[in-house]
Amino acid sequence: MNNLIVLPLIIPIIVGIILVFLRPYVKWQRVISLLTMIGIAGISLFILNRVQTDGIIRLDFAGWEPPFGILFVADSFAMLLVLTASVVTGICLIHAFSSIGDKHEKMYFYPFVLFLVAGVNGSFLTGDLFNLFVCFEVMLLASYVLITLGGTKPQLRESIKYVVINVLASWFFLVALAYLYGTVGTLNMAHISERVAESGQGPLLTTISILFLVVFSLKAGLLLFFWLPGSYSVPPTAVAALFGALLTKVGIYALFRTFTLIFYHEPLISHTVIGIMAGITLIVGCIGAIAFKDVRLIVSYNVVIAVGFIMIGLAVGTETSIAGSIYYVIHDMIAKAMLFLLAGTMIYLTGKSKIDEMSGLIRNYPVFGWMFFLVTCSLAGIPPLSGFVGKILVGQGSIESGSYILLALAFISSIVVLYSLLRIFLNTIFGETIISLEDEKPMEMGMIIPIVLLGIATISLGLGAEVISSYVTDAAHTLSNPSVYIDAVMGGNK
Amino acid sequence: MKINDVILRTISRIVVFIILTFGVYLFLSGHNTPGGGFIGGLVLASAIVLLYLSTDIETVKKSLPLDFKYVAAIGVLLATSTGFGSIVFGVPFMSQTFAYFDLPIFGKTELTTVTIFEAGVALTVVGVLVTIILSISEDGG
Repeated sequence: MNNLIVLPLIIPIIVGIILVFLRPYVKWQRVISLLTMIGIAGISLFILNRVQTDGIIRLDFAGWEPPFGILFVADSFAMLLVLTASVVTGICLIHAFSSIGDKHEKMYFYPFVLFLVAGVNGSFLTGDLFNLFVCFEVMLLASYVLITLGGTKPQLRESIKYVVINVLASWFFLVALAYLYGTVGTLNMAHISERVAESGQGPLLTTISILFLVVFSLKAGLLLFFWLPGSYSVPPTAVAALFGALLTKVGIYALFRTFTLIFYHEPLISHTVIGIMAGITLIVGCIGAIAFKDVRLIVSYNVVIAVGFIMIGLAVGTETSIAGSIYYVIHDMIAKAMLFLLAGTMIYLTGKSKIDEMSGLIRNYPVFGWMFFLVTCSLAGIPPLSGFVGKILVGQGSIESGSYILLALAFISSIVVLYSLLRIFLNTIFGETIISLEDEKPMEMGMIIPIVLLGIATISLGLGAEVISSYVTDAAHTLSNPSVYIDAVMGGNK
Repeated sequence: MKINDVILRTISRIVVFIILTFGVYLFLSGHNTPGGGFIGGLVLASAIVLLYLSTDIETVKKSLPLDFKYVAAIGVLLATSTGFGSIVFGVPFMSQTFAYFDLPIFGKTELTTVTIFEAGVALTVVGVLVTIILSISEDGG
């Protein structure tokens, strides 16, 4: 009995509902939601450590054994992501306390953040493909509300696109599920994997796998990211940070899970397609990151580049490169949240969003300026910060398997990331200050503290790479050996 | 313009009770035969919507002073806490249990925890549906 692993899903839902009743008491909402996230982070850390000692943990809902019931499966990969997501959400909430405003807080902001977290955690933990769809929907519904909340004109314009794209993608997801269920007759991921292995991944199953690839690419922003820069640049800072850190990662997680556990038999087709898509994503994302002058658009295109980079690890598909991708996903959740918070705070402080309209922020806000430099270095992959380990492992994996084009693209993209962020840094942080002492808005502690916390996280993730390497190795081992996961799920009752 | 809706009002007064009874029947027949909280909730909600249609929003609000957002919230809370209850009792999440009781009027009756869960689902459906329809009608002005 492992009821513990359902807690990251069920606690946010129950607390979120309780917060609905506490609508007028904003202070209570803040305290409770933050405590909830800390609690979930603690629980996921505990589960992560138990996975190391006891192996993969599973929970059969209501005692229905797989493949008949729905189940949650906690392996190292899922738990690492749940842990990071909870920590990042907690930190973004601290930023929201001082930046989101009374109007949002009274309009069920905190409950919807918690529902979003529930959907994200559920997607990571579920071991059933249809349940994954449901958790996706929970997450997306919460994100629809969060993106439109506030109701400014650009928000509504972008959210219509966002909602339409995602509804369409969900429909494709449902169709793909129906095809898969019609072909293999099960929805339990481990069971699907067994059946696909038994019957061989014929042309029909490969076609279905491509359909899943399209669906998850739409959600992850892999190649099909045309909706992403617009919709991630309009919501309030804390929400944008949450989106940038969490939402695409769920799509990435789904891609990793399906293409390492289920559709791994035809790497020549599916993984080549993923490689091509990742390459194009990197190129187009780099062009976007350099082309624009709006800070929010630049950081949104940086999300796209990261997606391309992480997917290279899957396209290459060796255990090393997958480990690199896992490192990089964790790093990217932290660093992207930090980058979005910095960009949003920059706009709050200056009231402008174009990089050539701001200048000299470091004279007014030195800590803020250096934090931006820190995240720039981290995203570029400069040791000892957190981006370094992921990049080097992905690079090592690509060399092992001889994918030199992807390798070149990956490292050129790092330079472009560095360039695009240094451009922001030089234009806005360095130079003559434009804000006179009288006009200077005081930096609120609630805004700089979460940024510093994320900065500490990225440093310690880089320095502590040794500590988490055992978790990541285990996660990569499970991903590259589907039998480990299948045995844990389909093997006898624990 | 006020349309002449005598027929609608007269009929809906009777029909609402039929719909409500049918909704309760569907709700109770759930979990073993076709029916259940979701369908029962939809039917119950359609009765409430019919009330809104045949009279007007203010009148219904006076006789049914509920904030349907909270109805939905209570529903979700009820449904999730039955799942949570199984954690408290140390059985797998979402487990259910049932037993047979001799009730005074109904005779031998099966009582199960699924019904509590289904009640939560039904309340959620009613709450969400009525909230959606009310917000649409408010937008139209």
